[in-house]
Amino acid sequence: MSSHDTTAHGHHDDHGAAHGSLGGYLIGFGLSVVLTAIPFWLVMTDTLGDATLTAIAIMALAAVQIVVHMIYFLHMNFRSEGGWNMMAMVFTLILVVITLAGSLWVMYHLNANMMPGAHDMRQML
Amino acid sequence: MSASVTNASETPVFYEVDEHPHPEGHSTALGFWVYLMSDCLIFAVLFATFGVLGGNYAAGPGPRDLFDLPLVALNTSMLLFSSITYGFAMLAMDRDRKAQTQLWLIITGLFGLAFLSIELYEFHHMIEIGATPQRSAFLSAFFTLVGTHGLHVTFGIIWLVTLMVQVQRRGLIAANKRRLMCLSMFWHFLDVVWIGVFTFVYLMGMLR
Repeated sequence: MSSHDTTAHGHHDDHGAAHGSLGGYLIGFGLSVVLTAIPFWLVMTDTLGDATLTAIAIMALAAVQIVVHMIYFLHMNFRSEGGWNMMAMVFTLILVVITLAGSLWVMYHLNANMMPGAHDMRQML
Repeated sequence: MSASVTNASETPVFYEVDEHPHPEGHSTALGFWVYLMSDCLIFAVLFATFGVLGGNYAAGPGPRDLFDLPLVALNTSMLLFSSITYGFAMLAMDRDRKAQTQLWLIITGLFGLAFLSIELYEFHHMIEIGATPQRSAFLSAFFTLVGTHGLHVTFGIIWLVTLMVQVQRRGLIAANKRRLMCLSMFWHFLDVVWIGVFTFVYLMGMLR
């Protein structure tokens, strides 16, 4: 932060845009490479032998990699911008989870119930 | 800065009657972050659409017929490399090294262009064999989601070139540093979205 122009940032000591260090970027890059290579390897070689298990594994790895990117590349922490960055992100994540889980849940049930043969149609008349 | 109102019996209460100083750009990082979060919601809706429609092939080609995982892995590595080179550009910027910053920005732009080229090659190949967005709900959702991400990368590259011209002309002044910081957040954010794309669209598609 030392090279920051003090006139542009004024009274903010805990400014949000900490740019990290060479070590931080390299650690983030190394972790990302590993966390990208493993899911591709799992799917391309079908090592686990079970589609559901593989799906859970690659989703978990994606979640970890997103956190790695947030910390090492986007420099997220609880202090940046007095916590407002984190607040905005938590709010967004809640909306994202509602959107994704809600859509998939509702539409899955809609599909299941609209399938011909799933119910006796005469009972529905 | 502050005026105090004192009652004899109570402890003094302080009110801030003067406005804070608001130096130019001091809230840009937060404002840009809020923009990124709204962009995140756009992608969430597109992911949800793909999640709902991703299995509706309309008797057309599915992910296994269309996706080439080694190509997607190459594409992913391009974007990942561009992320780390942008990080190096920011480190050079912090040390006020203009030439070094520009060099890393060029490399970042080239990786971004490589990513776009591979993606356009993939799209071209798919459209050539008849897997157009009109073919099925799966393909409509695929082209919308991946295309929107590609469009973001395209605008990111245009922004990158614009900033390189700015840095060349005006140098690493405070305003340019602020702009580079915003693009840095944008660029890394696109890489985060891509993690979701290659996991949910490509890898999960191959498991369907």
